[in-house]
Amino acid sequence: MEIIIALAIGVMAGSGVWLLLRPRTFQVIMGLSMLSYAVNLFIFAMGSLSIDKEPIVVPGMVPDLLHYTDPMPQALVLTAIVIGFAMTALFLVVLLASRGLAGTDHVDGEDGDL
Amino acid sequence: MNALIEAVMPHLIIAPILLPLVAAALMLFMSEQQRYWKALINVSASLLGLLIALALLARVHGNGTPSAIGIYLPANWDVPFGIVLALDRLTALMLLITAIVGLAAVLFSSARWHRAGVHFHTLVQIQLMGLNGAFLTADLFNLFVFFEVTLAASYGLLLHGSGRAGVKAGLHYIAVNLLASSFFLVGVAMLYGVTGTLNMADMAQKIPLVPEGDIGLMHAGAAILALAFLIKAAIWPLNFWLVPAYSAASTPVAALFAIMTKVGIYALLRLWMLFFPSGTDGATPFGAEVLVAGGLATLAFGALGVIASQQLRKVAAFSLLVSSGTLLAAIGLNQAALTGGMLFYLFSSTLSISALYLLIELVERAGRPEADVLRADDGSQPLPFTVEAAPAIGEANLDDDEEALIGRPIPAAMAFLGLAFMLCVLLIAGLPPMSGFMAKFSMLSALLAGGEVATGGWVLLVLMLVSGLLTTIALSRAGIRHFWTTHADTPPRLRLIECLPIAALILVCALCVLRAGPVLNYVHAAADGLHQPASYIGAIMTARPVPGVLRPGALP
Repeated sequence: MEIIIALAIGVMAGSGVWLLLRPRTFQVIMGLSMLSYAVNLFIFAMGSLSIDKEPIVVPGMVPDLLHYTDPMPQALVLTAIVIGFAMTALFLVVLLASRGLAGTDHVDGEDGDL
Repeated sequence: MNALIEAVMPHLIIAPILLPLVAAALMLFMSEQQRYWKALINVSASLLGLLIALALLARVHGNGTPSAIGIYLPANWDVPFGIVLALDRLTALMLLITAIVGLAAVLFSSARWHRAGVHFHTLVQIQLMGLNGAFLTADLFNLFVFFEVTLAASYGLLLHGSGRAGVKAGLHYIAVNLLASSFFLVGVAMLYGVTGTLNMADMAQKIPLVPEGDIGLMHAGAAILALAFLIKAAIWPLNFWLVPAYSAASTPVAALFAIMTKVGIYALLRLWMLFFPSGTDGATPFGAEVLVAGGLATLAFGALGVIASQQLRKVAAFSLLVSSGTLLAAIGLNQAALTGGMLFYLFSSTLSISALYLLIELVERAGRPEADVLRADDGSQPLPFTVEAAPAIGEANLDDDEEALIGRPIPAAMAFLGLAFMLCVLLIAGLPPMSGFMAKFSMLSALLAGGEVATGGWVLLVLMLVSGLLTTIALSRAGIRHFWTTHADTPPRLRLIECLPIAALILVCALCVLRAGPVLNYVHAAADGLHQPASYIGAIMTARPVPGVLRPGALP
C-alpha cells in the first residue's frame, strides 16, 4: 500500500509541477490543484497508513497507536483542504480578471514569441 | 476597577487576534456607502490595537525578570494537545511593529485610497488579525492557518484599486504564495511524522531525541518548511515576485506589506532558534550556511536593484530586499548580540520603508507624474534622465516673471515633503543621526566585538556599508529629480490625515534614537531569550489549564 500511495503522490506532484510551469493560466491553476492534492495525500500518509482502524477512542480498546490510526493528520488534512479550496477559488477569480483585462490567458498578460 | 483590570489582564494576550476579527466582522455588516463609519471603526480598532500592543510590551518587559513569558491557552486544553498562544519579548515587538504600521496605513488610506474598491477596511483588519496571530501562536499548524489568513487578506488588498499591472503582479504573487503554502504543509507534515507533535516547544524538546535513522528526514522536513518562510521573506533567488507586486499595490497597502516579509523572517528566527539551538560544542547549527549565503546574496541583489531603479516605488521595494537580506544573514551568523542589533534594525527598517511608501504617493502627486519614469524602467529609453530631458529654465534663480527666487518662502507642503523625504533617506540608508544608523551600528559593533570574525561576517559588513551608500545615491538621485526640478507652480495640497502617519512613523524612529538605551536593552533581552530557548520551552510546557472551566467539546 505504501508503494501505491507513494506513486500516487509522486505522479500528482510531478504533473502538478509540470502544469505549474506552463504559460497558460488555466494550466497553472490545474497544476496548483494537483500539487495541493498531492500535499493533502502526503499529510494523510504521514499519520502512518493503516486499514480498518478507528481514529476515535472507543470503549474497551487500549488507546494507543497499535489499535488506532492517528486522528491528527486527518484533522490537519481537513483544514488544509478547506484552505486550499478557498485559495483556488480566489485564484480563479484573479485568473478571470486577468483574462478580461489583458485579453489573453498567458500568465504574463501578453503573448510573447511563442 | 483594579479587580476588573486584574481579571482582564490574563486575557489580553488573545486580544490582538480577537479585536481585528470583531472589527472586521462588524464592518462586513455595513454597506459601502457607510465608508466613513467603516474608516472610523478601522482607525479606532487599529488605535486600540496599538494600545494593547503597548500594554503587552510593558507587561512582558516591565516586571524585570529575564524571561517574562505570557502563555494563554485559548481552549483550556492541556499543553501539548491544545493550541497555545505565547508572548515573549520578540512577539511583543512584532505586535508593536504591526500595530504601528497598520495604524499608519489605515490613517493614510482613509484620505482617499479606501474609495478605490470595496471591503478595504475589512481586509486590513483581517490582515492585522492574521499577522498578530502568526506572531502569537506557539503551534505549527496554527501558524499555517494564520499565514493563510494573512495571505488571503493580502491577495484582496493587493488587487485593491489596481489596474492591469496590479492583476498581472497579483496573479504571480498568488501563484508563488500558493506554492509556498504547499511547501509549508509538506514541511509541517514531515516534522509531525518524525516528532509526533505540532506544538513548537514540545517539538523543540523532541528534536534532540530523534533517532539516528530519522535525522535526515527531520532535516529535510525542516528545510522544506524553511523554504516556505524564505519565499515569504523574499530570499534571492525566490524574490522575483516581490518588486512587481509591491510596486503595483496602492501605497497604503504597500506600506502595510512592509511587515509581510518580516513574518517570514520572524517564523524562521523563532523556529530555527527553537529547533536547532547552538549547543555548547560550538558546532554550526543546521542550515546556518544557507541562511548566511542566501541573506548575503539577497542583500547584494537588493543593493544592485536599488541603484538600478529610477522609480521611487521600485527603490522602496528593493530596499525591502536589502532589509530582508541583512536580517537573514544576521540570523544565520547566530550571535546573541548580533541578533539584538538585528531586531532593532528590523523595527527601524520596517517603519522607515513603510513611511517611504506613504511619502512616495504624496511626492508623486506633488511632482511631475511618474508616467515617463515608468517607461524608463522598462528599458525603452536608454538614458532616461539626461540634462537635456529637463525643461530649460534659463537662469537658475529666476522664476517665470524673471524675479529672483531668493528670499521667497518655500510652500509649507513642499517643505514638509522635502524634510520627510530627507529623513526617510537617512533612515533607510542608515546614516546618522536617525535610528537606521543606530541599528546598523549596533549590528556592526556586535559583529566586530565577538573577536574572530567569520568570512560571512566580513562580507556582511562590507555589503551593509556598500548597500547604505548605494541607497543614499539612488534616493538622493530620485530626490533631486522630484524636488529640485521645475514643475507645476501651484504647490501640492496635502491633507493633514495623510501627513500625520508619515510624521508619526518618522517620529517613532527618532524617539528610538533619543531613548536608544532602553530600546537596545529591550532588543538585547529579546535576543538573549531567543538564544536560550529553555525558558520559552519551559514556560509553555509547564502551563496548566485553568481548573474548573469546562473545555469546549469535552464531556461533562
